[in-house]
Amino acid sequence: MDTKLDRRSILKAAVAGTAAAAVGPWFIRDLHAADDIKIAGIHDASGGLDIYGRPMIDVLTLAVEEANAAGGLLGRQLKLINYDPQSNIQYYTQYATEAATKEKVAVVHAGITSASREAIRPVLKRFNTLYFYNTQYEGGVCDRNCFCTGSTPAQTVQKLVPFAMKKFNGKKIYVLAADYNYGQITSKWVKKFTQDNGGSIVQTDFFPLDVTDFGPTIKKIQAAKPDIVMSVLVGGAHISFYRQWAAAGMKKQIPMASTTFGVGNEHVVTNPEEHDGIVAAYAYFQEVKSPANADYIKRYQQRFGEKAAPLTELAMMTNHGFNLWAAAVKKAGSVDRMKVIEALETNLSYTGPGGKSTIDSATHHTILDVYIAEAQNKQFKVLERFSQQKPADTAAVCDLKKNPNENQQYVIDVKV
Amino acid sequence: MDLVAIIILQVIAAVASLALISVGLAVIFGMMRVINLAHGEFIMLGGYAVIYATRWGVNLWVAMLVIAPLFVGVVGVVVERTVIRFLYGRMIDTMLATWGLSLLIIGAATMIFGNTTTGVSAPLGGVTIGQYQTSLYELVLVLIVAAVLGGLMALLKLTKVGLIARATMQNPAMAASLGISTNTVYMVTFGAGAALSGLAGALISPLSGVLPTMGVAYVAKAFITVISGGSAIIAGTLSASTLLGSLNTLATFVATPVVGEITLLFAAIVLLRILPQGITGRFFRRAL
Repeated sequence: MDTKLDRRSILKAAVAGTAAAAVGPWFIRDLHAADDIKIAGIHDASGGLDIYGRPMIDVLTLAVEEANAAGGLLGRQLKLINYDPQSNIQYYTQYATEAATKEKVAVVHAGITSASREAIRPVLKRFNTLYFYNTQYEGGVCDRNCFCTGSTPAQTVQKLVPFAMKKFNGKKIYVLAADYNYGQITSKWVKKFTQDNGGSIVQTDFFPLDVTDFGPTIKKIQAAKPDIVMSVLVGGAHISFYRQWAAAGMKKQIPMASTTFGVGNEHVVTNPEEHDGIVAAYAYFQEVKSPANADYIKRYQQRFGEKAAPLTELAMMTNHGFNLWAAAVKKAGSVDRMKVIEALETNLSYTGPGGKSTIDSATHHTILDVYIAEAQNKQFKVLERFSQQKPADTAAVCDLKKNPNENQQYVIDVKV
Repeated sequence: MDLVAIIILQVIAAVASLALISVGLAVIFGMMRVINLAHGEFIMLGGYAVIYATRWGVNLWVAMLVIAPLFVGVVGVVVERTVIRFLYGRMIDTMLATWGLSLLIIGAATMIFGNTTTGVSAPLGGVTIGQYQTSLYELVLVLIVAAVLGGLMALLKLTKVGLIARATMQNPAMAASLGISTNTVYMVTFGAGAALSGLAGALISPLSGVLPTMGVAYVAKAFITVISGGSAIIAGTLSASTLLGSLNTLATFVATPVVGEITLLFAAIVLLRILPQGITGRFFRRAL
């Protein structure tokens, strides 16, 4: 994490202070404007969600460093301020306020859980600070100040469910989901796409994020005899489900698909006996084979070492999100919020290691490539690629072209 | 039929794991009237002892059954000598001190181990019962807990050490006047309680994963179990974990894990309303 008080910034402040004292307050603003472009990142570097946050922070840091090495933006250097909210929602609002009011950043890249996003989205809207949310989530955010660059269920779950049903030759699915809005809503999508494909949901169980004992659940699943288990479990505590599932010998009995396995690098923490064969769908896997991706991973590992946390969709979409913003700044010729938003709304696109991400101007979500992969020996093996998937779920409820002043997250009414 | 068998097994496993995480706290509370709020962190340290010992190539069972209890036992003795011994007889003060200690250990563990979930895989694999599969490790865990409680019982009832410990527990002043060094007894007892907590952390680490803040989840449950059980160490732990563990598991089966937790807490509240001294305050009063 950057220390925000180094010698240089103190010197700068001192110079600015002296200059201000000598010349008058109007001068500060000019000095400030000629200064670096500040951008903020708010991602959990500690606490239960750090498995998601750390690679996002690294990727954003690398993206800013590379942009600076290439001469910055509009001839100005970028200054990234990383905040660590410690997996605590309260710090999210605090740091978002600080970034917007004290630092007056040009853009904030932030948020992992939907709860954290909904905590800071109103703050950044109120202070007119552009917001990028780069995490896969349940869809439905409709806010002109906010761009969501991660995948949503219509892009991933829609492909994953029929794929799993076909691959595992089954129709009955048992869903285990984390007990908060992501899990609640995603499990509804799982139900919808299962029924659309002629299958049925045997049961859906929800688990608070701190549950570690899945013994009774594993017995319940056996009693229900599903063909497939779908995991929508989130966070460090829920990893014990995969361990206990394998320890009970169930992994050989009932195959598993997941909307979340791998984004927290679960496949690195668990053993091959515990995760081989689990299928997942994301907008990015580190194992995606493309020259752009191979080149990116090389740079990433050069910067953070061979043992750097493996890249996930969350991390890679943070990179795409940053580059989409940078492209919009170049196009607008300004970091002014409205000008950048308007530039992004010209269906701007960026082709990066994860494929092509295009801003969908009606929803402020992205049209992106989706991959299905299977966990194997601490890695993923990419099985299929679906090109340019539209955020159809959010599009069903949100049209920012028609209603630019909307500001809410729709709970998409999934017809099941 | 298989389902009934598997549910009974699950209930027994839940009871055993509740007894396992509570027994260390029960020993310290029952013997010394000290409520150790750093109990959860002793569990966490036991977990990390296993993770690091196995990384250094130690056999998993040796790490779980020998290294973790020894390590946490030593930590317990150090804590007793440096903090607890100055606070005997001052229950609120010891609670405050051990709570502070708990925050300190969490902070230190976060700095040293990093705030991420690590874990080891459960050994032994699965076992088939009729149409059902369950983890063999869970069953072995039940046997280990039975052995630990049995061993503790034998130690207290049949050995001279146990006699001295019980005497000190019953009437410290009289024991001291008969030439027993109550100070040493307290130190050993606290160390033994800590070692049992370390053993608990070690044994649950393959099931739950290890995290610096994991103790928080366990200390509340252990605390509730010990208070519901009352002052008798073994009878109290066993009766309270049987009651609360079965209710929790059955409610989880019938409804959801959330309902299971609510049932456990609700049962504890009702229990303490009816039996303020805990189960062994009224029943099995002469038991250990």
